Amino acid sequence: MTGPNIYKPYLMKIGKITDEAPGVKTFRLLFQDEEKGKNFSFKAGQFGEYSVFGEGESTFCIASSPTHTGYIECTFRQAGRVTTALANKEEGDTIGFRGPYGNTFPLEDWEGKNLIYIAGGIALPPLRCVIWNSLDLRDKFKDITIIYGARAVADLVYKHELEEWEQRDDVKLITTVDPGGETLEWKGEIGFVPAVLEKEAPPCENTIAMICGPPIMIRLTLPVLDKLGFAPENIFTTLENRMKCGIGKCGRCNVGKYYVCKDGPVFTLAQLKELPPEY
Amino acid sequence: MAEKKLLKKESLGQLFEKLKSDGRRILAPRKKENQIAFEEVSSPEEIAKEYIQTTTSAKFTVFPPCEELLRYRFEDKEVQIEDRKLDPPPTVIFGLRPCDAAGFSVLDAVFSWDYQDAFFQSRLEKTSVIGMSCNEADEYCFCTSVGGGPGNTKGSDILLTRLGSGDYLAEIITDKGEEIVSLAPDLFGPAPSDQKDEFLAEVPVRFEHKELTTKLGAFFDNDLWVEQSLRCVGCGACAFVCPVCVCFDIQDEADKNGGTRLRCWDSCGFSLFTLHTSGHNPREVQSQRWRQRVMHKFSYLPDRFEIVGCVGCGRCARSCPADMNLVEHLKEIVETK
Repeated sequence: MTGPNIYKPYLMKIGKITDEAPGVKTFRLLFQDEEKGKNFSFKAGQFGEYSVFGEGESTFCIASSPTHTGYIECTFRQAGRVTTALANKEEGDTIGFRGPYGNTFPLEDWEGKNLIYIAGGIALPPLRCVIWNSLDLRDKFKDITIIYGARAVADLVYKHELEEWEQRDDVKLITTVDPGGETLEWKGEIGFVPAVLEKEAPPCENTIAMICGPPIMIRLTLPVLDKLGFAPENIFTTLENRMKCGIGKCGRCNVGKYYVCKDGPVFTLAQLKELPPEY
Repeated sequence: MAEKKLLKKESLGQLFEKLKSDGRRILAPRKKENQIAFEEVSSPEEIAKEYIQTTTSAKFTVFPPCEELLRYRFEDKEVQIEDRKLDPPPTVIFGLRPCDAAGFSVLDAVFSWDYQDAFFQSRLEKTSVIGMSCNEADEYCFCTSVGGGPGNTKGSDILLTRLGSGDYLAEIITDKGEEIVSLAPDLFGPAPSDQKDEFLAEVPVRFEHKELTTKLGAFFDNDLWVEQSLRCVGCGACAFVCPVCVCFDIQDEADKNGGTRLRCWDSCGFSLFTLHTSGHNPREVQSQRWRQRVMHKFSYLPDRFEIVGCVGCGRCARSCPADMNLVEHLKEIVETK
């Protein structure tokens, strides 16, 4: 071998498992090799390949903030072969991790701006990383608003953190559930994310919007942002094309001449408008 | 200018002996039932006599159809990773056609931009190519349409052209080629006066690839993709015989004691290629996958790496069970108003 094996994962110990919602878990992962853990760094928006040995690799964002060091976290829904195997793991078990890969949210360019986060369902994890990153650097930004919706109350992830954000007076949190998804105790909004956004009507001046969610939510939310006056350059999202290598080789995530794994996963709406609609 | 020499046909056997005693394995086209494929040979007698093109390419020498990326063992709750020790054998590919030889640079562009793929690179480093110009071509060949030619030296370390006498004109192209000559300098005589071009096959230019790339820049929504791909059965044969298709899958295979992580050839022609676990598929119908195949080779790779992702070997057309002929389809695209 002439160079290092770029497909070899780090061994990670599962430090803590949190049940977020039905079928959705968060793993806190610690580097088995502490030295590697100390030298590991990443930025908001990056992702990794998480593996269960014997089952394969799966692609998720790093859901914890780079300001929280010593561990990384990932949140996933049990859906396929690898995520099912992950869901069966226990605290103390070993899994693999390759990363960090991909580009990042340019937080450093956003100092002095308002930030608005718009997320739906299981797509809050990629934004949770940026949310904590911006909250940990709170002085650098102006208003921070989070609009988060899920089908039903039970499907909202990071419930403890939602409570924390709710109580902070330096962040505005609006949660919503689809009609019929509410409980008797539900105090948040009832309605779809695009409608809630339209009602909330955040000003577009000096504001960056980040949006993450199922394709249908994104498709219906973008026209609302447009109506509110947000320029395509100021709307950011992350694509989640299927990936295998994560490092610009296997060809699976191609959208036009771009590799989502290398040129993304973070794209502005202005960039997406130039791409073939294959995501 | 490459240095030119004469290699007598009777000297091939001695050249093979020298290469073997230098510790190199020799891969050459070999007939196996009704197919011809690159396999290890020990003497020139084992090489297939008449062939225009091998059925499968020699891509496997640098990028195997399936290879281990790593191994692991389970010990209670612990996992031990055994890194792959890669020590590929020094290899000479003999008789590789100029189209195939040129294909290695396309693979290299993908494996060596940004992250460096040592699996591929270590094999490429240990591989030398003694190419063989084409005296004959068939209706599927279109190397001249994608920047190549029947006597093109790109990718070969030595390029042989068979002359009327049966002897070979040897062009020594690279340092690796020089190294081979230095193993048996006596076998390489002074160059003959014959003109190489006289012995090369005629391969008419069917389209201009630069024109095609320009055309594809605004062709994404054209209805022709659907029409052309109606008979595509999505079998992926085109990708598996292609000397430059580089897309792969990564899969685990294991039992209770441990296992391996494998990388295997894959194809953008398969519906599973881009399928999300959620059920969403960015390329859900075959026409979108056919479009991706053509766009990737003739638009995206040229735009990104300034290379064409096709060397015009014609294997995809020869192997297609639905008789789809790439060159005809590309011509049709170029000629569409």
